[in-house]
Amino acid sequence: MSTGNMNLTLKVWRQKNNKTEGALVDYKLAGISPDMSFLEMFDVLNEDLITKGEEPVVFDHDCREGICGMCSMFINGRPHGPKDLVTTCQLHMRSFKDGDTIVVEPWRAAAFPVVKDLTVDRSAFDRIIAAGGFISVNTGNAQDANSLPIPKMQADAAFEAAACIGCGACVATCKNASAMLFASAKISQLARLPQGQPERYRRVQSMVAQMDAEGFGNCTNTGACEAECPKGISLENIALMNRDFGSAKFLSEEAL
Amino acid sequence: MSDINSNIPEGELTSKWTKFKSSVPLVNPSNKRTIEIIIVGSGLAGASAAATLAEMGYKVKCFCFQDSPRRAHSIAAQGGINAAKNYQNDGDSTYRLFYDTIKGGDYRSREANVHRLAEVSVNIIDQCVAQGVPLAREYGGLLDNRSFGGTQVQRTFYAAGQTGQQLLLGAYSALERQIGMGKVEMYTRHEMLEVVKIDGKARGIIARNLITGEIERHFGHAVVLGTGGYGNVFYLSTNAMGSNVTAAWKAHKQGAYFANPCYTQIHPTCIPVSGDHQSKLTLMSESLRNDGRIWVPKKKDDDRKASEIPEDERDYYLERRYPAFGNLVPRDVASRAAKERCDAGYGVGKSKLAVYLDFKANTERYGKIEASKSGIHNPDKETCMRLGTEVVKAKYGNLFDMYAQITGENPYETPMRIYPAVHYTMGGLWVDYNLMTNVEGLYCTGEANFSDHGANRLGASALMQGLADGYFVLPYTIGAYLSKEISVKAISTDHPAFVEAEQRAKDILNTLVNIKGTKSVDHFHKRLGHIMWEKCGMARSEKGLKEAIEEIRALRAEFWSNVRVPGSADELNTELEKAGRVADFIELGELMCIDALNRNESCGGHFREEYQTEEGEALRDDENYAYVAAWEFKEGVKFELHKEELKFENIKVAQRSYK
Repeated sequence: MSTGNMNLTLKVWRQKNNKTEGALVDYKLAGISPDMSFLEMFDVLNEDLITKGEEPVVFDHDCREGICGMCSMFINGRPHGPKDLVTTCQLHMRSFKDGDTIVVEPWRAAAFPVVKDLTVDRSAFDRIIAAGGFISVNTGNAQDANSLPIPKMQADAAFEAAACIGCGACVATCKNASAMLFASAKISQLARLPQGQPERYRRVQSMVAQMDAEGFGNCTNTGACEAECPKGISLENIALMNRDFGSAKFLSEEAL
Repeated sequence: MSDINSNIPEGELTSKWTKFKSSVPLVNPSNKRTIEIIIVGSGLAGASAAATLAEMGYKVKCFCFQDSPRRAHSIAAQGGINAAKNYQNDGDSTYRLFYDTIKGGDYRSREANVHRLAEVSVNIIDQCVAQGVPLAREYGGLLDNRSFGGTQVQRTFYAAGQTGQQLLLGAYSALERQIGMGKVEMYTRHEMLEVVKIDGKARGIIARNLITGEIERHFGHAVVLGTGGYGNVFYLSTNAMGSNVTAAWKAHKQGAYFANPCYTQIHPTCIPVSGDHQSKLTLMSESLRNDGRIWVPKKKDDDRKASEIPEDERDYYLERRYPAFGNLVPRDVASRAAKERCDAGYGVGKSKLAVYLDFKANTERYGKIEASKSGIHNPDKETCMRLGTEVVKAKYGNLFDMYAQITGENPYETPMRIYPAVHYTMGGLWVDYNLMTNVEGLYCTGEANFSDHGANRLGASALMQGLADGYFVLPYTIGAYLSKEISVKAISTDHPAFVEAEQRAKDILNTLVNIKGTKSVDHFHKRLGHIMWEKCGMARSEKGLKEAIEEIRALRAEFWSNVRVPGSADELNTELEKAGRVADFIELGELMCIDALNRNESCGGHFREEYQTEEGEALRDDENYAYVAAWEFKEGVKFELHKEELKFENIKVAQRSYK
């Protein structure tokens, strides 16, 4: 069914569920086209496995256009593979060579337990957002949108932080499995906007507390998260978060 | 003609909604606390409804099949969201948005619903900005707008090429806030498999925990489906891999009518198919048509590179055919025009199934403006292109990067190759003015319902509708129903109706894993997609549709005897999930063809080759087909037609013209 001529060896992490041990399993693939996406290459592998009567590899994926944040493979030691600013679904086989051996593992972090094969549980991220990643405004309370002018640079900076897709590559690549890039992106998006000011310090405190409770590690400023982030979320967000976290002792409602 | 009641309030079009809102029965706060609402789907329509209803005090349970509500496919919407704010002072108004939408939908939508949509459009923008959604702004700090197809005003709000993402994350934040307060119970990685009906009313759902395979019963006083569209019936579409019709289809099989299934939107600007391995198609936002010019060579089978074809040998066919709207004609018109040129032999690229979307002219124009801003007068072409490229990068950078990544070509240097692809489905579950299906207590919002876009949706209107339904319409209309349900105590999930529905769901799962055939689920899905695209795609004919119906029936029989689903039903089993969805797509595909065959006219996204004007435009038959086709499911995959007549009292129905 394939149209190309690349031959590959895959070493893929197979693990039945979170109660069993996993291991890398070797698969040979032939006839891969360089125009395929990495996940389409996995579709070929799975079709082969199903035809042979074996169970396909389970992996998370959905939009396949780099925005939903669902795909999550750790490819040759890097989350989302060798190319910068690209998610696994947007990685194409032309980024590999004929004859390559490719190792594919799930995200590894205590706070992201493996569910099956390459699928992990990232619900800790949702709980961090639920702890404070919002502006408390009920539907129907808003004033006219243009009654609150926001300088373009400020709005653009908020947007850049808001571009986070919540994939978890930052956690997967961090030696401490820290979620600070993720949490700080939301904290900084809202801290840069006037709408986010009333809850600014309460927000940073509760989100950081939740991050700790989930078992994510601390930040030691190696910057791997920024380097591997498919959306280019900046390390500056962590600096802003740390500053706000420090200030919160003095500036939160409780302190004032 | 109508044999179904759309429950549109009496009175003037412009005051129907205001009057309805102020006279609708209310539920008092203490009663709200005991009323449970189930919401399936966490996209714009589902998340916004879940958050809002929880804020109002109802007990809400929300379900999604993804690992987080933030991943619903609304996230992938690129271009923008319409609102009749008239911030640009270009003559926009509620009426104009209403009019554009009715006309864009080729006079096949309900006036009252569309007017309400236009009315609440302005509230959506206010709400999103209040939530901290970083929409694009101008240097003065005010919100920026751009143009979309089918309109002559600038009313589209946006956040780079990621508007859907930002709006969804806004709704997701609001939803997570309610989850954090314990007011919404969130069920991720859960798929709805049945609607539970008791005494004719929707009272709950059966859902499968996708991790454990466990089948769960959930009670609700009302059930809301915000489960998106069914474009994946074509296999290749711009939808996410998991997007499916299953929830809506199960509701259909429990009596909810499915309306206008044949109305599918083929989006004109997508990256062309590159090979058999292709699993999905990627959209290039309609906003690109603001600055891109679409053309093909004037000579047939011209193999020269785009850059070698001189200006006077290019056919800017949209500008030629539709001088008033040019490259900004609605999607159905632009798609058909691209197909026409390619079918006539003027297509470009290896497959010849593509046209060029060229940014050169506007890049140069932007460059000139930038040059003069920085004091360079009479700049040379190279300077203009260099400066202009920066502007284009700022506007569409993420889209250009995506194009380069997928095709391996640099769109800053050569024009993009684009071709139409399945994108959105205007059809869906039939709902009345209250967004309730004909099954009492069962509601449907967003793309999953049929109500607002007629036969063709205008760009930047899907986000508007999803959020309108969830934030501003459903929370009012559902109160009218629930106010009569306050004395109903939570029904035990041991009720026979739950037991029976659970058994139905289990039977299907067990059947699927026990067929143990020879062909994968994807094999059948691809074959279904091929039939649909060839015979129920951009152009349809009586002969083709009749063939398609037979082919799909045969495919259905083959599927149920020869599909191979490895593994078991009591574990995480992605093939089993897909199998259930494809089984429903096969039945839906047949209904789409039946609906397309029934509609002996062309309108919007439904183009029957037998019904076109001499110039190849869609030819409607208002005398015989100005109705909503609402299909009822009958035992043995049979369908019975019901009609809701469309009355146009405020708009003069005319042939659409974008010339």
